[in-house]
Amino acid sequence: MSSPVTDIPVRGGNITAVPPLPDSERKPLTKKEMSADHPTWCPGCGDFSVLALYFKLIEKRKLWHEKITTIAGIGCSSRFPYFVQAHGVHYIHGRALPFASGVSLSRPDLHVFVFGGDGDAFSIGGNHFNHTSRKNIKMTYVVMDNWVYGLTKKQTSPTSPPGFKSKTDTWGAVDEPINPMKQAIAAGATFVARTTHTNPNHVLQMMEAAMDHDGFGFIECLSECVEFYPGAFDSSNPRKGGAFNLVPETHDVTDEIAAYKLADEPFPGRFGIFYKVDRPTKNKLEAGINAKAQEKVKGLKHWQILQQNFDRMK
Amino acid sequence: MSEATMTAPTSGGRPKVSKISEAVIRIAGNSQDGIQAIGGFLARLAGRSEQEVMTFMTIPSTISGGPSIFQVRVGSGEVLSAGDDADLLIAFYQHSYEDHLKSLRKGGIVLFDSDHVQPKPEWQQEYRHLGVAISSLTVEAIGGTGKDKGKNMFVLGLVAKMFDLNVPKLEKLIGERFGGKDESILNNALTAFHAGYSHSLDNVMETFRFVEGQKRAGHQVVMTGNEALGYGLIAAGVRFGAGYPITPWSDIMELLRRELPKYGGTFVQCEDEIASISMALGASYAGRVAVTGSSGPGISLKTEALGYAVMAELPLVVIDVQRGGPSTGMPTSVEQSDLNIACFGGHGDSPRVVLAPANVEDCFYTAIEAVNIARKYSVPVVILTDQAIATRIEAFEEPNLEKVCQDISPDLTPIADFKPYDLSASDGLTRHAPPGKRIASGKYPVVTGLEHDEMGHPTGSPKLHMAMNAKRRNKLRKLASELPVPQVYGPPEGNVLLVGWGSNQGPIREAVDRARAAGDSVSSLHIRYINPLPPGLENIFSGFNHVFVVELNDEGIYGYGQLAGLLRARYCDAKIQGINKTDGLTFKVKEILEQTRARLAAAKAQPATGVTIQRI
Ligand SMILES: Cc1ncc(C[n+]2csc(CCOP(=O)(O)OP(=O)(O)O)c2C)c(N)n1
Ligand code: SF4
Ligand SMILES: [Mg+2]
Repeated sequence: MSSPVTDIPVRGGNITAVPPLPDSERKPLTKKEMSADHPTWCPGCGDFSVLALYFKLIEKRKLWHEKITTIAGIGCSSRFPYFVQAHGVHYIHGRALPFASGVSLSRPDLHVFVFGGDGDAFSIGGNHFNHTSRKNIKMTYVVMDNWVYGLTKKQTSPTSPPGFKSKTDTWGAVDEPINPMKQAIAAGATFVARTTHTNPNHVLQMMEAAMDHDGFGFIECLSECVEFYPGAFDSSNPRKGGAFNLVPETHDVTDEIAAYKLADEPFPGRFGIFYKVDRPTKNKLEAGINAKAQEKVKGLKHWQILQQNFDRMK
Repeated sequence: MSEATMTAPTSGGRPKVSKISEAVIRIAGNSQDGIQAIGGFLARLAGRSEQEVMTFMTIPSTISGGPSIFQVRVGSGEVLSAGDDADLLIAFYQHSYEDHLKSLRKGGIVLFDSDHVQPKPEWQQEYRHLGVAISSLTVEAIGGTGKDKGKNMFVLGLVAKMFDLNVPKLEKLIGERFGGKDESILNNALTAFHAGYSHSLDNVMETFRFVEGQKRAGHQVVMTGNEALGYGLIAAGVRFGAGYPITPWSDIMELLRRELPKYGGTFVQCEDEIASISMALGASYAGRVAVTGSSGPGISLKTEALGYAVMAELPLVVIDVQRGGPSTGMPTSVEQSDLNIACFGGHGDSPRVVLAPANVEDCFYTAIEAVNIARKYSVPVVILTDQAIATRIEAFEEPNLEKVCQDISPDLTPIADFKPYDLSASDGLTRHAPPGKRIASGKYPVVTGLEHDEMGHPTGSPKLHMAMNAKRRNKLRKLASELPVPQVYGPPEGNVLLVGWGSNQGPIREAVDRARAAGDSVSSLHIRYINPLPPGLENIFSGFNHVFVVELNDEGIYGYGQLAGLLRARYCDAKIQGINKTDGLTFKVKEILEQTRARLAAAKAQPATGVTIQRI
């Protein structure tokens, strides 16, 4: 007995093939070519700078539209993919990392960038953050931390400092906030950096370093919510009388304990790479498993490999 | 046991040999006794002979120890179910004997381990008792250290003798199973087997021989439903999967984790079911349909992401190996109570495809079909199987793998321009351009869970929301119109139509056969395409006075089960009634017949509105 098997669909409709374009004939993308929808963020929102610097990164590193994939969950910051003219995914709240992992693990030819907010990353998506970190799945993850839930209009976020008066803590937040640096290091992330939207050069520097890191590159980027948490990061902004302190040059980025100590400094703390080690990515480890398995079935067509199993079940 | 021809008892007091066309053997012991192995050997042997086989297994919910049974039905004709009553019960312990004797037909044989079982005098009248000191004879044969080891092989030997099974073939199977390991293991297994085989059965009244089955053109393969699904996915070209362990789904993920690397694929064990479906969706988005799956609670966790797949129109295969619910429920029991969540789980209007394979062989082909429907219609497809199909072993005709295996690698050829959610597409279908595909116009799509325009950009337009809702719904109407009209089993008109789905197909057909043999007007209809439903059902229903939907779920607040509810909503036909149960076991043929009779009697006493409805 066999059931009707639907034909494999023929790609048609509005899809016409064009010849490939060699890289040598391509020019770096301009900002115009990279922008899609006009951002819906409030004027002055810190997220604008992160987007601008992503464009800079794409231009500087000559990334092509089709080679990058921009993925996000849900939140103000997570609307990011709509504003980028490239393959993009606006997924569900808190789950961007596993979605991005599926892309990264099945498509080694792509660079996967994930953007999102603090609630998306550390509250609803907290466990995915831990596991993507420890599995060291290759991608770049920028959390635009505004210490508040922006999209849902000012509730306490997992990074809100105690005392922050939100709509869910009108008397001031009481719960201990998450320290993203410590969280990432403890979870086994291999690249952990901190930056702020008010220092564009530094943001770009961190993005480049994260992108070049062979593994899960995590950046916490302070990004002010001018609507619901104005002035949150003033003390980290020299133009507002604050201090922007870099990670000391003497810091050993492979020293986990030292990184943890840096992360313990009170706000505004340090900016730069806290922790960076080389550990094989899951992408690589899985490729190794596959190479070994495929060695044993060398030269066989896929149906013949399956036939081996079926022969054992007779 | 249906007897074909009887031969006279041989002279010299030796047991007579009866020719039989099928036998139901139930083996009851504890899970560590290796009774599954006995069942497996019998099933494989039948598969290699010209015989049909169907097994039925209960696994204890405790990790080890605990009562466990394996039932195998071997027949020379078509075997539809694992059989209601056993012809032979093999009981390892007192509890096995006492708990399962009632599953033996009157006059059936109970073969018990006389080292452990004290037979009850009152039962000795009705059932033929045969005590063999299985434990001590096994120890005697292979040495005293092995404790309970080897008992199963001794029993296999006894069974081989009793049913005159093909010893060289069995030896070969034992060799394949234990070969390659420590040589002493194989030797012990063979020694125990031969000790059982040569044990004198002189005090047995009769032994049996299967009549020759029909010669088959091709080979038979023997596997479980979970294996058939896993291999079906591989044949379909699936190369990525993600999951989280849960019984009885775990077998599939373990198989894919082990096998996919040979094909350059990957299966990821995730932190939870939400991550699993998300990761699989990511891989699907990246250009090749991926799979995730679960059972019970894990399916509930996946529903938000499943709704996303519907909204974003991403292809995906989701396997739901149903078990008893709600909540943690009855993890190792069979139930068909996830039909509603499969068809409707999640918020918003989210039409998706739901397929339910009928048996082990169907699992293989359903996997391929699910992948192809997901691709063609850009939609998540749920495969609803159940614990019964998942764990039972069946033999079926070997598929032509060269023909069925397909390559579904993503197409990354650059294209001129592109709109994924094209409302004017002549076929009404969505196509995705996977990442990595250059689009010369420089306009790239976004895949999203927000309501969107044709490029995937968010919209608050009520008009677009209605248009997109219609698009997502109409493509499934199109699919429905392309589905085959299911065939009625038995005459297309009559008094009673039994409607079933999933693993109920076998017992329902057997019930039809028995009812018709007794002169009753009963037919059946099996529904494989649960959502959308295939065309033509209303015409089929109109040919019968009664339509009873037989399903393993509760009759609910309104008196009918989940498929019955769907059919009633769809066809507005009050003569559709339910036959339901949730005792954790598959339907027995006699249960279906009894409930059908009871329903008919009730209808006669107090005609339901539906019964009096005019036939069109
Ligand atoms: C499952 C689910 N729960 C809740 C929401 C509502 N929701 C959307 S965004 C958000 C929080 C956003 O905060 P954050 O991630 O910090 O992003 P921001 O808006 O601050 O950039 C919430 C609770 C949702 N979309 N999905
Ligand atoms: S609400 Fe806050 S985070 Fe959201 S766009 Fe406005 S300023 Fe930015
Ligand atoms: Mg936030």
